[in-house]
Amino acid sequence: MTDHTLPAVLSDEALARESETARARIQRRKNMIIVLRIVVLAIVLGGWEIAARAKWIDPFFYSQPSAIWGQLVEWMRDGTAQGSLWRQVAVTLEETVLGFLIGSVAGILCGIVLGRNKLLADVFSLYIQIANSIPRVVLGSIFVIALGLGMASKVALAVVMVFFVVFGNAFQGVREADKYMIANAQILGASPSQLTIFVVIPSAMSWILASLHVSFGFALVGAVVGEFLGAKEGIGLLISTAQGAFNASGVFAAMIVLAVVALLASYLLTAMEKRLLKWRPVDF
Amino acid sequence: MSPTPAIEFSNVSLRFIDAKGNATVALRNFSMSVARGEFVAIVGPTGCGKSTTLNMATGLLKPTVGEVRVMGQQVTEIDPRIGFVFQADAVFPWRTVLQNVAAGPQFRGASRKLAIEQAADWVQRVGLGKFGNHYPHQLSGGMRKRVALAQTFINKPEILLMDEPFSALDMQTRTLMQDELLQLWSGTGGSVVFVTHDLEEAIALADRVFVLSARPGTLKRVYDIDLPRPRVMSEVRYNEHFIELSRRIWADLREEAVLA
Repeated sequence: MTDHTLPAVLSDEALARESETARARIQRRKNMIIVLRIVVLAIVLGGWEIAARAKWIDPFFYSQPSAIWGQLVEWMRDGTAQGSLWRQVAVTLEETVLGFLIGSVAGILCGIVLGRNKLLADVFSLYIQIANSIPRVVLGSIFVIALGLGMASKVALAVVMVFFVVFGNAFQGVREADKYMIANAQILGASPSQLTIFVVIPSAMSWILASLHVSFGFALVGAVVGEFLGAKEGIGLLISTAQGAFNASGVFAAMIVLAVVALLASYLLTAMEKRLLKWRPVDF
Repeated sequence: MSPTPAIEFSNVSLRFIDAKGNATVALRNFSMSVARGEFVAIVGPTGCGKSTTLNMATGLLKPTVGEVRVMGQQVTEIDPRIGFVFQADAVFPWRTVLQNVAAGPQFRGASRKLAIEQAADWVQRVGLGKFGNHYPHQLSGGMRKRVALAQTFINKPEILLMDEPFSALDMQTRTLMQDELLQLWSGTGGSVVFVTHDLEEAIALADRVFVLSARPGTLKRVYDIDLPRPRVMSEVRYNEHFIELSRRIWADLREEAVLA
């Protein structure tokens, strides 16, 4: 007969103790990582500040954290040369979001249409590849000439930046849709439009969402570069003005504003992605 | 037996052209007639065109020569009376178990509410009552197969086509699923065409076993399996007549497996 009593080390209390220490260890590690991150930040910023004050690097060209912070505070308090800071952020954000929405909707639509039609895909794939290989930022100059210094030229550049990324992923996602899954839906009775809505789009969704993440960054690049090339307001203009005045702190401060905007957008997109893809295994 | 067979292949050959334009013959002079309510299994070596026969019955492939009739009518498009269970996981990973099973009625125009109601009943029948709101990735391979079965049976197919449906499952799960299938099938009066490379599975399930030759596949012989029903999978394999049958068919199949 086998003995069914557990050895003492495997008793409930012993296991509870084990879990307790294991959890404490995991928590300690999390805390340590946070502390280390702060240390890294302090070393980099502190080193920069010290190097600037000790004149190892020239703060006129490379600025220093305290000056950048000062610039940010000044902008927030007194506004910039071209109006309040929030106005600049709002303008750039509006261009970015508009470009992102138009570019991604157009990209998704074209991707699905071409992905579902072999002939169109074979004909257009060559041209799309060519268009994709051109550095699209160059088009910004054309847009400024054609659409003027207003919002339209920036939105157009953001659209172009976003479109190809989203299109490429949507197309790929549609093409990768499992052929058994499609056959299964057809035999279960799906019409061609039901097939697209219930099978093809959901299966392309993870590809599309992955591209949305990257392409919001591209939309921001498009808007800022557009402003850089010629604008009346926006963060890009802020940067180009600061550059013209040899104000290195201004360039860095504008960069920080951009970073905050981009991080907030990325956070929002991640939240949306989690909602839409809740059917996937968590460790994906 | 009703006068018109559920499925009829008369002298069917299929020439297959791949993406590079090379033509090969996948199936040659194949004839088969499946009566209503009959369970037929098709066995043969790898690549002999077993699955091709099923795809022609759905209309996803068209025969080059010959005729395929379903319920007496030549196949032109997917017949709504057909159900198909795939080898691969073909359930929709972004739908819950209930939504997956409800897909068929929903595609066929039932309201969402009605489809979910019907689905709940079928989910219960395949023993997944507690898992209605789970997503496929949260289930085991065997449970996903049950979802696929419920998804197919909810449409009340008069003809059920199965393409090596259980080949990816482990031995124990496969035996359970075979019993499950026979239980779901019995009393529906539907016909089944079951493609497999597992000879014992074919004999245990079917009324008749069709043996195909190596590529290009053609019908080699048909065996009547006169084992009594209802059959219990874990017991039928030890039946003496079963062993005798599998010995005879295996001798036939071995020659082809060597050629393939």
